[in-house]
Amino acid sequence: MLSGIYGFLSASFFVLMDAVDVAFTEAAVGSGISPLLMLLTVALVGRNEKHESGKSIPALVLVTITGALLIIGTLSMPEFGSATAPAQTHVGPHYIEKSGSEIGIPNIVTSVLASYRGFDTFGEVAVVFTAGIGVLSLLMLKSSTVQKPVVTSAHKHKVLRIVSKILIPPILLFALYVQFHGDYGPGGGFQAGVIFAAAIILYTMFFGVDIAQQVVSFAVLRVLAAFGVLLYGSVGLVSMLNGGDFLDYSALAENPITGQHIGIIVIELGVGITVAAIMVMIFYCFAGQVNDTGEAGQ
Amino acid sequence: MTQLFTHYNYWIVVVLMMAGFFIVIAQGNLVKKLIGLNIFQTSVFILYISSGKITGGTAPILQEGITVYSNPLPHVLILTAIVVGIATTALGLALVIRIKKAYGTIEESEIQQRDHTC
Amino acid sequence: MLSHLPILQVILPLLGAPACLILGRGKLAWLFALLVSTLSFCIAATLLYTVYHHGVISYALGGWQAPWGIEYRIDLLNAWLLVIVSGSSTISLLAAQSSISSEIALDKQGLFYVAWLLCLAGLLGILATGDAFNVFVFLEISSLSTYTLISLGPNRQSLWAAFRYLIMGTIGATFILIGIGFMYIMTGTLNMADLAERLPSASESPTVFAAYAFILVGISLKLALFPLHLWLPNAYSQAPSIVTTFLAASATKVALYLLIRFTYTIFPSEFSQFIIPLADIFVALGIVAVFSASIAAIYQEEIKRAIAYSSIAQIGYMVIGLGIGGVLGLQATLIHVFNHALMKATLFMALAGIAVRIGATTLTSMQGLGRKMPWTSFGFVAGGLSLIGVPLTAGFISKWYLVSAAALAGRWPLVFLILLGSLLAIIYIWRVVEALYFKSAADNSPVKEAPLTMLIALWLLILGNVYFGIDTRLPVSISYEAAAALVEGRP
Repeated sequence: MLSGIYGFLSASFFVLMDAVDVAFTEAAVGSGISPLLMLLTVALVGRNEKHESGKSIPALVLVTITGALLIIGTLSMPEFGSATAPAQTHVGPHYIEKSGSEIGIPNIVTSVLASYRGFDTFGEVAVVFTAGIGVLSLLMLKSSTVQKPVVTSAHKHKVLRIVSKILIPPILLFALYVQFHGDYGPGGGFQAGVIFAAAIILYTMFFGVDIAQQVVSFAVLRVLAAFGVLLYGSVGLVSMLNGGDFLDYSALAENPITGQHIGIIVIELGVGITVAAIMVMIFYCFAGQVNDTGEAGQ
Repeated sequence: MTQLFTHYNYWIVVVLMMAGFFIVIAQGNLVKKLIGLNIFQTSVFILYISSGKITGGTAPILQEGITVYSNPLPHVLILTAIVVGIATTALGLALVIRIKKAYGTIEESEIQQRDHTC
Repeated sequence: MLSHLPILQVILPLLGAPACLILGRGKLAWLFALLVSTLSFCIAATLLYTVYHHGVISYALGGWQAPWGIEYRIDLLNAWLLVIVSGSSTISLLAAQSSISSEIALDKQGLFYVAWLLCLAGLLGILATGDAFNVFVFLEISSLSTYTLISLGPNRQSLWAAFRYLIMGTIGATFILIGIGFMYIMTGTLNMADLAERLPSASESPTVFAAYAFILVGISLKLALFPLHLWLPNAYSQAPSIVTTFLAASATKVALYLLIRFTYTIFPSEFSQFIIPLADIFVALGIVAVFSASIAAIYQEEIKRAIAYSSIAQIGYMVIGLGIGGVLGLQATLIHVFNHALMKATLFMALAGIAVRIGATTLTSMQGLGRKMPWTSFGFVAGGLSLIGVPLTAGFISKWYLVSAAALAGRWPLVFLILLGSLLAIIYIWRVVEALYFKSAADNSPVKEAPLTMLIALWLLILGNVYFGIDTRLPVSISYEAAAALVEGRP
């Protein structure tokens, strides 16, 4: 709970710092996905803890040394908010001045993310994919669990079911809006993927993992997760075949600006698909564990 | 003394960072270790984002009539880093669940005890 | 297509991973992974050839010129490491199917190969890139997949080992991130070549000093440099045997590459040599690592663990080479990186073969195996001899260049200590050899040789050890050119 608030606080901090895109993501991750997974884990492993001390003094020393080094490090930094700092005068301004004419979309963060540093984003998708593979390999259920309809509390609560039916479609719509509006305002594939996943997770929470799996099954998720990464990569390959460098969207169409548009939309779609699939997959894995231990306990 | 006013942002980051780092090292509870790691990482995000802020600047979305934008590059980097952070947390939590199943505890000291007895 | 080689090197395994996930499980995934890894080895070899004859290759990703876009920059140093990493991945994968079928459940084998390819892609990505932040991204790809691979180990300790590695590794990566952030704040750029140009003007500032310190500590965590090595023995001994073979030959090498890259290419040279006595710190840490880890290795009952400790000692030698400095010291380090990959892969491969057949690698369980599994046991002996540094093996060449670099620098005590360290290696290798050949087994039931693919991989490695112990032209000439380019700061 506290970490959810923490996530929300840091998100508002990022808004103050003009980083709306980052704030959006942090809001989705820091106060959405991350606490959710934490809660599920705590539900699984129990909350009783032993209090132990003894390591805290060496730890304190280590932390103090690191802190001192950090303070030393900050001493000669340019003033906070200064417009003449090297960070503000070297590479950054190029994006602000040129991205309008080179890429042609208003959201500079999206331009940099998807095009100038598109390969970082490809790596980022790969990181999400890797985490999904890791969680899957760790928590994969020894399946063959009987597909019996588990009666969850939601079945008894008409209100909840109706609320969920009212809530979920707009969330899905909003996800699509975020997905394709990333060029103009804050948003993009990652945030959309998370929101899309949130809708399915909500559905799962109301109706149970088993029923949700009938709607979106594990096998589909696996393929979708892989497909997103491949889609992103194939954009790069196509631009290579068209004579450009890897991920050079300008080579995708006659007009470089059109090419950039196509490229960005497709790769954002790839990001969205992989992120949504992996997030749902991770949630299934965690929730499946809850059911598993619950049944074992009964 | 002037540094107090021009660098306060960075120093708050340092305090936050140290808190997170301390939790990671000193806590024996594995879930708390991961929470500490989360705080540690987020504080670094704030450090980056702070470096991109320009006083009087606005969010880096091109609009008519605005000349001062904050630096978009740190934002992009941190978007990536946040994703990396959540990926690490998810994997760590999955490991914690498996550890609980295998050892029956998530306290560092108890796990080490059980490894040595068998 | 030839001009796209630098990027193909990385995206081939990176796209191979999801394709592998779709392909499915078991043998098919293995064949596919092996194919991808072999191809990327061929690409690496071609790159090395091209760089050696035609100089540095730069590749602008997305068509954006550095420092605005991300640049891939292949010089001799990273081409050399690309060959080592993709080579060790290929040879370990060759043996992987037989080894993991006894250690990992069938339904997880497909995921295992996906994680393997991701790990390979991450390591290659770190090597190839010329962008500091891109290093961080690919570092995380390789780390997350490494945690996964380790956690797939046969015992429950592997989970704990993976978790500890996850905590340490993430702290390390976050430290590196802090360092990169400081550098960015001071220079406004993330491109390595651009950083190298712009950092000297700020070299007086404590921020740059702190940046270097954070990056150094972060890399040392990943490198398992003494005293930050505590995660390594657990991780290596609990991982599936074949994963240990791959990681021991590649992961720490990549961390060492980062150390060299940041020390020599990015940070201003006068700064890294004079303001802090970095060279002396390297030598001191290296010596302590060699002795403490070697002595720890002597007392291990689990041989995988003993050899893991020996890896820490070997990292010590590499760091000593860095500390001696100059072209010769650096050359000694680079030669040892290659030879150490060879010998450690041989040792762990032999152990993996033994683990397949008898299910354990403790000293007592290995008694008398010399007669039962002669081909596999000889692999361990050959790797051991190379590790000690017996003439006609690759290990001898490493020691020779390291000792002569120390001697030419006039550091005779250091020469003595390096030789003394080799004596310790004799002790812990001898314990195993004694168990293999001179003790009789508790039960005399016959044991089969390791599976064929493992034997092929093992003997390829043994031949490599001998070949590069006799014909040293390739590693020596490449490492000399690479070292000279780094020290003289040629682009």
